[in-house]
Amino acid sequence: MPRLKLFIPLIVFAILAVLFWRGLSLDSTRMPSALIDKPVPAFELPTLKNENQLVGRDLFKDQVSLLNIWATWCVSCRVEHPYLVKLAQAGVPIYGVNYKDDVIAARKWLQDLHDPYVLSVVDADGRLGIDLGVFGAPETYVVDRAGVIRYKHVGVVDERIWQQTLKPIVDALR
Amino acid sequence: MLPELGHFSLILALCLAVVLSTLPLLGTFSGNLLWMKASRSLATGIFTFVALAFVCLTYAFVQDDFSVQYVANHSNTLLPVQYKISAVWGGHEGSLLLWILIQSAWTFAVSVYSRDLPVDMLARVLAVMGMIAVGFLLFILLTSNPFDRYLPNSPGEGSDLNPLLQDPGLIIHPPMLYMGYVGFSVAFAFAIAALLSGRLDSAWARWSRPWTNTAWAFLTIGIALGSWWAYYELGWGGWWFWDPVENASFMPWLAGTALIHSLAVTEKRGAFKSWTILLAIFAFSLSLLGTFLVRSGVLTSVHAFANDPERGVFILGFLALVIGGSLTLYALRAPVVKSVSGFGIFSRETFLLCNNILLMVVLATVLLGTLYPLIADALNWGKISVGPPYFNFFFVPLMGLLCLLLGIGPLSNWKRTDGSRFKQLLRWPLMLSLFLALIIPYLYDIHYQWSAVIAVFIAAWVALSAKSDMLYRLRHAANWLAGYKKLSASYWGMVVAHIGVAISLIGIAFSSIYSDQRDLRMAPGEAVDVGGYRYQLESVVQQRGPNYQADVGTVMVFKGEQLLVTLQPEKRRYFSSSNIMTEAAIDPGLFRDLYVALGEPLDEKARNGAWAVRVHFKPFVRWIWLGSIFMALGGIVALIDKRYRKRVSARDVETAAATVVEFQKQ
Repeated sequence: MPRLKLFIPLIVFAILAVLFWRGLSLDSTRMPSALIDKPVPAFELPTLKNENQLVGRDLFKDQVSLLNIWATWCVSCRVEHPYLVKLAQAGVPIYGVNYKDDVIAARKWLQDLHDPYVLSVVDADGRLGIDLGVFGAPETYVVDRAGVIRYKHVGVVDERIWQQTLKPIVDALR
Repeated sequence: MLPELGHFSLILALCLAVVLSTLPLLGTFSGNLLWMKASRSLATGIFTFVALAFVCLTYAFVQDDFSVQYVANHSNTLLPVQYKISAVWGGHEGSLLLWILIQSAWTFAVSVYSRDLPVDMLARVLAVMGMIAVGFLLFILLTSNPFDRYLPNSPGEGSDLNPLLQDPGLIIHPPMLYMGYVGFSVAFAFAIAALLSGRLDSAWARWSRPWTNTAWAFLTIGIALGSWWAYYELGWGGWWFWDPVENASFMPWLAGTALIHSLAVTEKRGAFKSWTILLAIFAFSLSLLGTFLVRSGVLTSVHAFANDPERGVFILGFLALVIGGSLTLYALRAPVVKSVSGFGIFSRETFLLCNNILLMVVLATVLLGTLYPLIADALNWGKISVGPPYFNFFFVPLMGLLCLLLGIGPLSNWKRTDGSRFKQLLRWPLMLSLFLALIIPYLYDIHYQWSAVIAVFIAAWVALSAKSDMLYRLRHAANWLAGYKKLSASYWGMVVAHIGVAISLIGIAFSSIYSDQRDLRMAPGEAVDVGGYRYQLESVVQQRGPNYQADVGTVMVFKGEQLLVTLQPEKRRYFSSSNIMTEAAIDPGLFRDLYVALGEPLDEKARNGAWAVRVHFKPFVRWIWLGSIFMALGGIVALIDKRYRKRVSARDVETAAATVVEFQKQ
């Protein structure tokens, strides 16, 4: 019996390890959005260029488009930005959600780095972000002709992600 | 080319580490002396190659080589050069490289400074450290290579180091912290070697004590630096947040503190043996656990590195291997190292046992509080976060109790202590502490605070009983100078560290009880009185820094009619990221800090509009870090004790003599 006592630390650690394992698989970034195959949530937000122009989810009708969450405070957004510009030049419609950001800084960012977005909506308090289930910027959603979210990618979109993951989905929807 | 060289030398280091983790161990089983001795040169080799890789990465940063992804993501041409160097460990990949650099440096140091260690023991210790190196090198090479390139399209400009990290405190905070974390791997390796060989005597404890002390001292300094940085950089005057990442560094510290005390019993009395081993395993396991929590993304924290499940899986696997493996080994082999000696109730052993129990309880509450959100999430109890109230509720009384015992423990004798001794030695410290406790809060502030009474009592109790003990030990000395010299370095180390605890305690208590904080609306030219000081906002002007634009406020602080100091808090907007950082301006003092932070402009359109200004009055806040310095110093002072060096120096003389002879032969 006293020898069994020596196994207590090991058992405690084993239990913790199982919890950690679950914690890892719970890790939100890998999980698909709960909104997959659901329409883009309703919103009514101003655009970045014109704060008097309110837009809603009708934007996404009748085309296959990308919805990109970005912000000037987000370092990775800066990394993916040039690639988004490239995609936009290749004719992919991208809608931006400027997430919890400073509007002036955001406008300047688009001026300096080129604007790949058809338009960007201003989600200053992150309300739309909550409805979308955003974990952080950048995130990119594929939205189909009916305005239904078909795929969600967390992290930077680059050549590899586009060619291997997003492009096949977009092509299939077209 | 150089990044590839760095990558290649990491691979070479991995190969050497694989050999180090196997060959010397095989040597101990087969009795092959050559294989055991190879451990030393292998340790040197690993250190050399890792250092080379580190130099390559540093060079890439200094040269702005943005074709290296890690450099492009963490540096910028405008970044001042000292931050380009500290940016090497400013992100996940590079900080791992720093980790492995320090780990290999510790391994190297063990191979150099453990000449009096029996060769089989050294072989085992270095082999265990080699295994840890294998794990981390694999982790770097497989999931987090800092030398990956952006090719062929490399960016022309990098995205800059996180502005929070562009700070002198943060240049040295991670290296100090890692010195501590990784330093516990030495104690861990000694523990595993003891389990493997079944040899655990006072010589073993004497070998591992200096290493543990050093690691603990570094960790103490590392944590204190982190807290100091948070205090002046985060802009709201707090110095400890019970954030998961802070807890991740604090838990190994608690385990390490317990380990230091338990090692004392193992060395002097041959007791607590298997417990000491378990603590050594705990201290290092908690360091690894911290790594896992910070880098896998299972917990959210202000410090969190980029989340990457693949990395999380790797570290968890490594954790399972190291911690699971060592605890299994412990469960199987601990009976071999059974303690023999018993002890009475009023013995030093008992007090150190109480110290260990209390520290473990504190550790358990901190661990539970840190992991509770994770546990709750894993068991579908919903998303919960545990805040400072929980931690303070347990931490403050438990630590208070620990400090009370800290006053008595050092006065006790090994094995058993006569009750009358306590009565004789503790009477005047008790009376004097009570007197000071009642009088000081009365003199300090018009509002009499009972919490301050308790704090002063405990701190005075710790310091005065140490003094009483010292006087008792010196009672036969001819004069005080001769007496002080007679006391051993270990004893001095203990006293200094315990005084440090008292100093920190006063700092924590007084800065929490008597702090004053105001959020003010101030237009240039206006003045406000806070806590006996008058703050006058002179102006707010725009200034350009190397890689940021700043609003610099000028605040003149008056005491009465006399100008005390001019403070210049800043609000910086960094170009590359548009991040806004608050640089608080602090007038430091031994008894109080004046702390001014610039908030938002309240009136954007007007040129000389009003600003939100936050003013803190922080009494005794420096004492928190001053006490930490004393604690670390205590750990270092204990190192120079003669008994750690006696045999080394004898052996050194021998080897030195042998070298001379060899030289003469040539």
